[in-house]
Amino acid sequence: MASHASWDEKHAAEIIGGFTSMAGATLPILHALQESFGFITERAIEMVADALNLSRAEVYGVVSFYHDFRREPPGKHVLKLCRAEACQSMGADALAARDKSDLGIDWHGTTADGRVTLEPVFCLGLCSCAPAAMIDGKLVGRLTETTLTSTLAKARA
Amino acid sequence: MSTRILIPLDSSAVALGADEVAAAIASEASKRKGDVSIVRTGSYGMHWLEPLIDVGGVGFGPVTVADVPSLFDSEFGNHRLNIGRIDDHPFMKAQTRLTFARCGRIDPLSLAEYQAGGGLNGIGAAIMLGPAQTIEFVVRSGLRGRGGAGFPTGIKWKTVADTKSDTKYVVCNADEGDSGTFSDRMIMEGDPLVLIEGMAIAAIATGATKGYIYIRSEYPIAIQVMNQALRAARAGGLLGKSVFGSPYVFDIEVRVGAGAYVCGEETSLLESLEGRRGQVRAKPPLPAIQGLFGKPTVVNNVISLASIPAILSGGADEYKSLGTGRSRGSIPIQLAGNVKYAGLFEAPFGMTLGDLVMKIGGGTRSGRPVRAVQVGGPLGAYFPTSLFDTPFDYEAFTAKGGLIGHAGIVVFDNTVDLARQARFAMEFCAIESCGKCTPCRIGSVRGVEVIDRILAGNSVDDHLKLLDDLCSTLRQGSLCALGGFVPYPVMSAVTHFPEDFRKKVA
Ligand SMILES: Cc1cc2nc3c(=O)[nH]c(=O)nc-3n(C[C@H](O)[C@H](O)[C@H](O)COP(=O)(O)O)c2cc1C
Ligand code: SF4
Ligand code: FES
Repeated sequence: MASHASWDEKHAAEIIGGFTSMAGATLPILHALQESFGFITERAIEMVADALNLSRAEVYGVVSFYHDFRREPPGKHVLKLCRAEACQSMGADALAARDKSDLGIDWHGTTADGRVTLEPVFCLGLCSCAPAAMIDGKLVGRLTETTLTSTLAKARA
Repeated sequence: MSTRILIPLDSSAVALGADEVAAAIASEASKRKGDVSIVRTGSYGMHWLEPLIDVGGVGFGPVTVADVPSLFDSEFGNHRLNIGRIDDHPFMKAQTRLTFARCGRIDPLSLAEYQAGGGLNGIGAAIMLGPAQTIEFVVRSGLRGRGGAGFPTGIKWKTVADTKSDTKYVVCNADEGDSGTFSDRMIMEGDPLVLIEGMAIAAIATGATKGYIYIRSEYPIAIQVMNQALRAARAGGLLGKSVFGSPYVFDIEVRVGAGAYVCGEETSLLESLEGRRGQVRAKPPLPAIQGLFGKPTVVNNVISLASIPAILSGGADEYKSLGTGRSRGSIPIQLAGNVKYAGLFEAPFGMTLGDLVMKIGGGTRSGRPVRAVQVGGPLGAYFPTSLFDTPFDYEAFTAKGGLIGHAGIVVFDNTVDLARQARFAMEFCAIESCGKCTPCRIGSVRGVEVIDRILAGNSVDDHLKLLDDLCSTLRQGSLCALGGFVPYPVMSAVTHFPEDFRKKVA
């Protein structure tokens, strides 16, 4: 399960402070912030901009460019389903369609009960055991409808 | 005597339950008071057998938790999952493993096992030869970059070496975004020290003192193992103020990507490392002259760098003697998607595509006929089986309207719809475009719309003509190969599978 701390400015400042001597620290800082808090808040963008002597627009531009960075809190569980070709060849599209209709959400959506966020991923390097997924950071290969349904049921219980 | 059991930590094995199997073996061993030592290793690359465990060179797989008690009962001998000696397996015997010589066999974090397996001879040779001769050696080997563009590695290094600067960098491109590829990941998880050794050799050759490995965030295990291996390399004197006892100074840092495919393009990667949006830079200046933070920078793919130690220790001419035409040496081919014997197969260039897919790969996993294969990732062409006589060689693929890229082969059975695959290629380009060029940013969105009309059976001939025009614009008006190469999958689908674009036409 993805457990994240709620926003804490002091903690955020400590995280950012740990990177001040690093060259090109924007991505490492954003990763660390997201790992702690689950997403990148408006205030976090301001703080990163101040710490790195960048404009807020520049930091915002970085956050919005990279698919990994979220501007909204994720659900309790994050399911990343691979959408790329090797997984397609093993039925990933049908799995994704099934999953979306079960959850009642589209890509990047979070279920109304806040339990599951569904994200696309383009290749997990598991193309030899497709279709593949990452569920709360855990890799799963040769995904079937049965395994996916039971995983989702567990996540939503 | 203690029984040593090798269990892969490789992502593909873990995704198929290797961690649970390792835990079950540990608890069964303690229950039976058996003297067992578990070593987590890389994968041999026979992914249809994962989790594949190795006990004294004999393989058992695919192992599930339920098989563990009976494996102990058999004393890891006569058992249903016994595949015999791993080295005698036909999939292994048919290979020439140079870059992957140790992957699966050794503890990836043990410098001693690495050295016992032939590691560290390359860097010893580089220190003895000195920079100029090391570069000469790499040039002579004929090694071309394995990241996709196939540029001669030695020539790139020479440019960096010849550019005067107080600071130079070696950047390893471990963004491996192409679907159907996982060789970079496997090396980082299974033999990370060979990549570190290769980067250190590149540093010595070019005068660089600092290295970065840019690993995609989709590879959590590779990131973890690589960081552990860097600590082991520092502790063992392979990195630091005196590399392997020489006067050369070099250290490496891992940086993690953030889910942007385009950051595999080298200049976009450098922008990302500098902390910005991954927008592609215009070339010139070449990164070799003005790269990271404006300094001369070697940017090489993981496999290019990981192939260097074996070249230096085994001989440039020996390496060059493998292969065909201008494609020299060995290449780790990745068999992926709907293929029976999926995994990693290292061989000299020159095998035919058909032999790779049918003889080595065993055809489809679904058991249905093969209809198409995509070689070289999302920007690679779809080939029909009538092109199966194409030898695996950069120029031969170009001649047939395709590319090798990072050597991933994705197999599709006869349920595939190539018009949908073409649509996906455009959609992927739209999602991943860095936004710098209009044809790529806007044209890809238009491409999806045009293919949607074709799929709906709406003025198919006119729209196919439009698609062709759009692809010409993309080819000519794109700064990098994301927009520039998306016509490969799209137009190869149209050319080789025209019927799929006319399903709704009466
Ligand atoms: C859109 C795009 C994505 C790329 N992705 C990768 C990648 O994931 N890994 C890689 O090594 N090269 C990738 N490349 C190629 C790099 O730009 C560059 O040629 C390569 O890193 C050079 O290393 P090499 O000479 O060792 O192959 C990509 C290129 C483009 C245009
Ligand atoms: S072709 Fe696309 S990805 Fe490449 S530089 Fe242009 S806009 Fe960016
Ligand atoms: S294409 Fe899905 S894991 Fe590579």
